[in-house]
Order: sequence, then structure tokens, then C-alpha cells
Amino acid sequence: MMKTRSRAMLGVASCLTAAALVASGCGSGGGSSTSPGITKTSVLIGSHQPLTGPAAPGYSEIAPAAKAFFQYVNAQGGVNGRKINLIYKDDGYNPTNTVTVVKQLVLQNKVFAIWGGLGTPTHTKVVDFLNSEKVPDLFVSSGCPCWDDGTKHPYTFGWQPNYTIEGKILGQYIKNNFAGKKVGVFYQDDDFGQGGLAGLKQQLGSQIVVAKPYQPTVTNVAPQITAIQKAGAQVLVDFTIPAFTALERLTSFKLGYKPQLAVSNVGIDPTTVGGLLKAFSKGKANTALIEGAITDAYLPSPTDTSNSWIQLFKKIHDQYDAKAPFDGNVEYGMASAYTFAQALKNAGKNPSRQDLVDAVEKGGFTGPGLVPFRYTKTQHGGFGGGQIATIKNGQIVTQGQPMVTDPGGGAITVSNMKQAQVGDNGVVKP
Amino acid sequence: MTRFIDLTLNGISNGAIYAAVALAFVLIWRATRVVNFAAGGMLMITTFVASSVISSSGSYWLGFFVALAAGLLLGAVVERLLIRRVEGGPPLNAVIVTIGLLILFEAIAGMIWSNTPRSFPPAFSIKGYTVGSHTYLFGPFDVFTVLAVVGMATALLVLFRLTDLGLMMRASAFEPVVARLQGVRVGNMLTLGWALASMAGSLAGLLIGPQVFVGPNNFDPVAIFGFTAAVLGGLDSPLGALVGGLILGLSLSYVSGYAGASLVTLAALAILVAVLMVRPSGLFTSARARRI
Amino acid sequence: MSTRMQTPTQPAATELARPPEAGRKRRAVRLPEQTLARNVLITAVLALILFALSENFDPFTNLRLATVAYYFTALAGLTVLTGLNGQISLGHGALMAVGAYSTAILVGRSGLPLAAALAASAAITALVGVAVGAAASRLRGPYLAGATLAFAIGLPGLADKYPSAFGGENGLTVSPPTPPTSLGANFPLERWQAWISCACALIVFLVLANLLRSGVGRSFRAVRDDEVAAQLAGLNVARVQVLAFVVSSACAGLAGGALVVTTQLAAPGAFQLSLSLALLTGIVLGGLGSLTGALWGALALVYLPQWSDDIAHDFSLSTNVQSNLPLALYGIVLIVVIVAAPQGIQGALHGIVRRSRARLRKNPATQEGA
Repeated sequence: MMKTRSRAMLGVASCLTAAALVASGCGSGGGSSTSPGITKTSVLIGSHQPLTGPAAPGYSEIAPAAKAFFQYVNAQGGVNGRKINLIYKDDGYNPTNTVTVVKQLVLQNKVFAIWGGLGTPTHTKVVDFLNSEKVPDLFVSSGCPCWDDGTKHPYTFGWQPNYTIEGKILGQYIKNNFAGKKVGVFYQDDDFGQGGLAGLKQQLGSQIVVAKPYQPTVTNVAPQITAIQKAGAQVLVDFTIPAFTALERLTSFKLGYKPQLAVSNVGIDPTTVGGLLKAFSKGKANTALIEGAITDAYLPSPTDTSNSWIQLFKKIHDQYDAKAPFDGNVEYGMASAYTFAQALKNAGKNPSRQDLVDAVEKGGFTGPGLVPFRYTKTQHGGFGGGQIATIKNGQIVTQGQPMVTDPGGGAITVSNMKQAQVGDNGVVKP
Repeated sequence: MTRFIDLTLNGISNGAIYAAVALAFVLIWRATRVVNFAAGGMLMITTFVASSVISSSGSYWLGFFVALAAGLLLGAVVERLLIRRVEGGPPLNAVIVTIGLLILFEAIAGMIWSNTPRSFPPAFSIKGYTVGSHTYLFGPFDVFTVLAVVGMATALLVLFRLTDLGLMMRASAFEPVVARLQGVRVGNMLTLGWALASMAGSLAGLLIGPQVFVGPNNFDPVAIFGFTAAVLGGLDSPLGALVGGLILGLSLSYVSGYAGASLVTLAALAILVAVLMVRPSGLFTSARARRI
Repeated sequence: MSTRMQTPTQPAATELARPPEAGRKRRAVRLPEQTLARNVLITAVLALILFALSENFDPFTNLRLATVAYYFTALAGLTVLTGLNGQISLGHGALMAVGAYSTAILVGRSGLPLAAALAASAAITALVGVAVGAAASRLRGPYLAGATLAFAIGLPGLADKYPSAFGGENGLTVSPPTPPTSLGANFPLERWQAWISCACALIVFLVLANLLRSGVGRSFRAVRDDEVAAQLAGLNVARVQVLAFVVSSACAGLAGGALVVTTQLAAPGAFQLSLSLALLTGIVLGGLGSLTGALWGALALVYLPQWSDDIAHDFSLSTNVQSNLPLALYGIVLIVVIVAAPQGIQGALHGIVRRSRARLRKNPATQEGA
């Protein structure tokens, strides 16, 4: 009996100790009384990113690059006299962790806004929370059309062109330039791939003879590629992440299958894909297997050193983020950070959270983007289109005109926006 | 018909790799009765080592053999330093320790080599053989894969069955007390078992590296499939590991090819459960104790 | 440790058996001898403590409390299965997924009240547990581990196969539970979530604490210790093992439901193999076979990653090292704790208590005024 009693006592004592431990996890807050996370001299923003885990490759470079950009801006005096501090936390692409770290950022760290939350299955889990807490949820790092709803989620904004828009632009190009040829689609079995496929189907209809999905967890894609080859597809559209673009290329090479390739901008970055193909090139260029591929670009190519934006980003990279390779992911992070700094500037001298949201909805941003944004009171979509580009000598080379459209059945029209130059908007000096 | 042949050849090639990983699990189980959850992490580290050696020296085969040697060393070190401390205790403790080791290895690999996966060269060309108008899903590298795994399995078979050392190892696993009385250094035999198992895993890593790219988390699926194959074949049987790997590789290839990629993990579950219901200790089990 | 065999005692015999305590202080409080009464009392005390804590915690710490509570719910069931009944399961993450998706579908689609949905989820998961347990009862050791591991990996695939029902990769979102109006208009959501999660944990604690001392608990231990002897004693081994699986599945299902309440999500990404491995780690780290051990395990699972993350941020290191350091620390702590304390945290604490009590008892002559 003594044993039982002492065990029970131990149990209760343990619970009390446990409570003390839980209580010690209380955090501290900060910020002014009007909106949290912003003072006269600084503004605190947060993000959730896959820094570790299977989704980390490539994407883990985005937030450090954005941080580097903010450091450069801060060194020049910041935005409206405020330094931008970015905290990003690792969620390992696990939605439960996303919920925890975002709630931590909002409730404990008391950030002013969330920037660039990465991933569709991860971010969809915190959208309701952020909107109910009225936290600006800017420039989600995902092309899901789900962010494009100013009525339902007034605080959430996308940034990159959404996947259906991409599919439409690629589809139209294929329709016009490869009329009558059979098209096959190899796509990721989630919002990304399915959204892209929907856009392609809208433009190409029955020209698509076969569409095979893949799971990111299963790296053996031979069954799908053999089926696509068997169906006789002469054009192959990849809505793939870089690892699977590379896997598709290797499998096609193995089979001696040489279709005309088109790849979503998500999966075409030549540095990333080339890096994965390096060991197979045997003396030829790393990017030999993606040479000639078509893609849709919305930012200048990272290798275009004549572009003032690339020069700026490279300078910032070499100074603040030199360990990372200078590739599409780094450019993405910096360009998205630029748009954030721009929105913050337009939000006024003493912005509240609502001011920031209003500034984005007012739109009119120009920057490194090749196409305009789709930001209005009801549209929160991000880049509205892209420009067809081809891989020439391992570099993304744009051609033709930038095109814009909507994720629905709207037409695809030419955009006459000219790309801004660095320093045009007073956000950052070259 | 050609699709069936393609899927079969693809299945054999992948199956050989699963078999190699399964061998790693079986060897460790036979030696120390531990399920080594860190197997995927260990073979990932040795493949990274190979990648570094190949990049700096330019020679694939140097990297290949360095990786195998690193596997031997890593297995021995892990057994001596870590597993030795939990070998006698509750079996679950060893499992948790290997899980902790897996997490640690993946983190260390991320720190040293970064989380960005790198390209890993194949020993031979991956381009498929062309017969007539059809290029098959089987090329020189696949031939090498199958031969390497079969070769290693044969070498291990010869070691275990035909040499004194193998006899000592088997005795240490089966009856450690009696073996000690016969003068066998049982501890050293256990270490050797781990070393050989880790080497088998290293081979698997070298063979699958080109296909999955080399990154801290990229070898987890092959480790899981390897364990499934080992359980399928019977954890006490090296032959079971080979057969289990082959069956798993073929089945997953057919399921993916004819039913769709999303069913692959469910198919693995179904196959494993089906086999275990009929043979609860795997396909190739030793004689079971009489049950009342 | 609760795994030791209990010698049957009766109140009268205890009185006689206690040695004369001439110089010892009488304990002011004596817990009731009856198992049920004692456990109800302990549960009530715990409920009061949790209530007081939740009143004083800020919203984020209340969320942490809710997380610890649902981990405890799952770990308690698993420690009964593995510690008491000796069956290893690598698939309890998938069982939590069953409970989570059930709750999400019942609340989201059918508009069932939360309490009913949680109870139904536990029941549904228990049914799944019957199937899994029946298959598992034929398997032992690593084969059981392999089968449950395949289950853990295979089951989330259903979400992708039937995206219309299960929401595919994005999963299902559930709107947060609204506190009843009787608690006031400004009752914080997080505190309500903590209450729901803690209620599940307390229910599971009460049920399992009683089960540990009951005939069912003894049959679990008997089958674990010696199957042949148990069978000779008249126990149906397979049925006992299935029952253990059902009990632990119900706990896991309830925990999954509480997870949905706390995080408003049910997505495949939340129920990967890593969750099942984390649960296994939790019960061993905390102390196998003991409910207090399950509590330590739950705390470890929530706070260990947090602490290693905080420590990593104290150093400013290169990105590669910085992002991987929390994981490295986590792995190191796992290894070190298991090697240093093979019986887990609860076992280590128990050992300390026992040793200090033995040391006190060694010097009674010098203490009782001679």
C-alpha cells in the first residue's frame, strides 16, 4: 500500500513539476500599442519555412536570401526609417508544426505581419487563424489559387503566378507552336500539378493524350514515363519540382525518349536542376538534358548579368548570403522581399496592419517582375502571368511578349508593363 | 508486352537495392537482435563520403571502395560505442537509440554537406539497351546493380558457410555462451557483424544514389522498403532478404505501372500483411517453437 | 514501477504488517485504499490543477498545454500496449490519423457536437484497432514492428487516393471550437482548446489507471511475461492482445481528435512515420509501462524540440549548422537519456526516490531519540 500511495504522490508531484515546466515556456511580447510588432525604428515580421526535411532542398534558401535583402535595405536606412527584422521558423513541411510556429510567431513573438509562408498543405492550415487574428499574411510562397480570395481571406496575398495561370500560358504557346502534336503531362499529384494540368487542359483540350501524376515520396518515376512514351507524346509538359524534373529527364534519357520539353517555372531553375544532373553529363554541360526546354518566366534569369536587378541581387548575395548558390531560389527570396519592402513603404509613415493590407490592395507595384501583379480589393493573386522563355546554353532566355491572364476562363493578353529599374521606386538604392 | 518486360526489369533492378538494404537489417538482427533504424542514415553518410571523394579525386572507383570501407568502419564504431551499451537491456531501448542516431546522422549530414541534394554518378551508363525499335528500361548500370548485390550476397554466403570466421560469427549469434566457452571472442564477432551489415548498406547507397540524389533525407524511403523486404523474407534469413527484396521490387513496380503511383505504399502494406498472416515470421523462417 | 507484481493485500493485513512506528511522523493525508476511489480523487486533483494553470497561462502556453495533453492521451494508450502487454507498435501515428480525420469529418461535414464526435472518433479508431490487433496478434517482435510500420506508411496514402473524401495532400480544415456562451463572450479560444484536450487526457488517465490495477491489466501483464503460462492459466492470448490493441487505439483516436481541436487540421503531412516514431520515443523516454512516464514523454515531445531550437538560436552560426542543430541536439538527448537511464525518466526518478528512502531508513536508530 505504501508503494501505491507513494506512487500516487509521485504522480501528483510530477504533475506539479510538469506544470512548472510548461509555465516556464511563457514567452515575452513586444511592439507598440497600435499594432504589435512595429516601433518607430523597427518592424518585426515572421515566416514559416521548411529548413529541414524532405522539402528543404532549394526552398531552404529562400528565407535566408530574403533576410539578406532586408539587411541590405536596413543598412541603407530601412523603410521609412524602420529596420525590417525577419524571423523565420522551421516547420519541416509538417502542417502541425506550421500551426505551432505560426501561432508562436503571432501570439508570442507578436510579429507585425507574416511574409512568404511556404507551401500549400502547410499554409492552408494557418490562413483562417491569420485572418481571424487580422495579421497581414503577405506573399505566400506557393502558387495555389487558394490565396486569391480577397473576400474570404482579406489579409492573405499570393505572390508567384498561380499554377493554373502558368498552365494556361504554357498551353497557349504549345497550341500555337506545336499544333497537332500529341502532348503528355507529368505532374505532381497535388494543388501544384493539378492546378497546372487544369490550365493546360483549358488551352490544349484533347491535344493532351496522357497525363501521369507522381508522389514526391516515390522517386521511381519509370512507370509513368514509360506510359507517357507509349502514348506517343511528342511534347512533354512537366509540372514538377526540380528533383522530379531531373528524375524525369534521367528516365527519358534511359529510355531514349526525346520529346519537346516544357517545364513549370517551379521546376526549371537551371542551377538547381543542372546540379542534380551533373553526375550524368560526362563532360557535357550539366544542363544538356534540359537544353531547349520551354518555360514561363516572371523574373529575369539569374544568369542575366546585364539586368540591373540581377546585379543588385548578386551584390547583396555576395555580401550577406555568400554560402548559398546564386540561383532561382535566392532570386525568388530577394524579389519577394523587395515587394514586401515596397508594400511597407507605400503603407505610410506610421502604418497599422490594416494600412499594410490596403497598400497591397492598391497595387501598382513594379519591380524585378516581368509581368504586373493582380492585386485589387478582391484579387489577391500575385503575378498575373509570365513570359515564355527557352533554355539556351543552360540559361533562361525570354522571348516574345509577357502575357497576363486569370485563373479562370479569361483570355490571355499581352502585357505592356515595362520592367522597372532598380532605384525606380525609392525602396532600395543600387 | 514490352511494358510488362520494362516493369519487370525495373522491378528487378530496384529489388536488388532493397535486397542489399534488407541484408543489412538481417545481418544486424542475426548478430545482436536489434532492428537498426539508423541503417538509412548510415548508408546516407557513406554515400556522402563517396560523393566527396569522387568530387575531389575525380575517380568513381576510389569513391566506391572508400564508401564500402567507411561502411565497415561506421558499423564497427556504432556497435562498439553505442549499441554495446544497450545490448543487454530492454529491446526497445536499442530501437530508440538507433532512432536517435538516425536523427543525429541526418542532422550532421545537413551540417557538413548542406540540405541541398547532390548528383551522384552511376558506375556505368544508365542508358537502356536497345533491342530492335524499343529501348528497354534496363541498361549497363542496372546489370551492374544486380551483379554487385548478388556478388556481395555470395561473398557473404561463402564467408558464413565456408570459413571459420563465419562459423564463429554464427555461433556467437546463435549461442553466445557456448561460443565463449569455445574461445570465440563474441564481442568482436558482433562488431564484425555490424561492420559487414553496414558495408552491405553502403553498397545499396552507392547503387541507389544516382536515382534518388544524395541528401540527408533522401535515403529514408529505401531504408523503409529495405526493412519491409527484410521482414517479408524473414529477419533471420539472408536468403529471405534477397527474395523479399526481389518480391517487393517487382510488386511495387507492377502496382505503380498498372494501378498508379499513389497506391505504392498501400501495396507494400498489403503485401507485407498478406505474407505475415500466412508466415508470421517471414517467408524463410527457422523451425518454430511448439505452441500449445 | 507499476510493472512489478503486486502482492494482494487487504486493509487489515496492512495494518498488522506495518512495523511499529514509535518515532515516525504520521502522514496527515491518507489516500483511499479502493482503486476507483483513489483514482477518481487523483483525477479530480489533477483537474483542479490543470484548471488553475489554464486560467493563468497566456494563449500560446495554453496551446502548449493542449498539445501536451493530447500527446499524453496517445502515449498513455501506447505505453499500456507496449509496456504492459509487450506489443510494439510503430503504427500509432496512423491510428491518431484515423481519429483526427473522423473528428474532422464528423464535425465539419455532419455538424455533430464536439463531445459526440470525439467519442465517436475514439470508437471508430477502436474498431480499426480490432482489425489491426487481430492481424498483430499473430506477430511478434520485429515482425509486428514491420507490419505496424507498413500500416503507418500505407494509411496516409488513402488521403491521396480519395481526395474528395479526405482532402488529398491539403487535408481537411476544421473551424475552431467555439466556447459555450455560458463561459462569457470573451473566453479565450486557446483556453477552451486546452480544456477539451485536458478533459480527454483526464478521462484516459482515469480509465487506464483503473485498468492497470484491474484483472484486465493483470491479464495484459501475464501475456507479456509468459504467453505459454498465461494460456495454461486459461487466458485467451489472442483475445487479450486484441483487447490491448483496442484500448490503445481508442486512446490514439481520442488523441487524434484532440489534435484536430487544437490545430484545426487533419492532413497527411501531420501523420508521417516520424509521428509514430516520436510516440514510441516518448513512451520509452518517459518510462515504459507507467502513466507518469507517459506524462514525461508528452512533455519531452513538446519541449525537447523547443529547447533544442532555442539553444541553437543562441549561437549565431552558418545556415547549414543553424537549421540542423536542433535536430542534432534532439538526437543526442535521446541517445544520452536512454543510455544513462534505461528505465526512462520515471524509472530514474523512482530510483532516486527509492535510494534516498533507503538511505533514510538505514539510520533509524540515530534518529529515534535513543
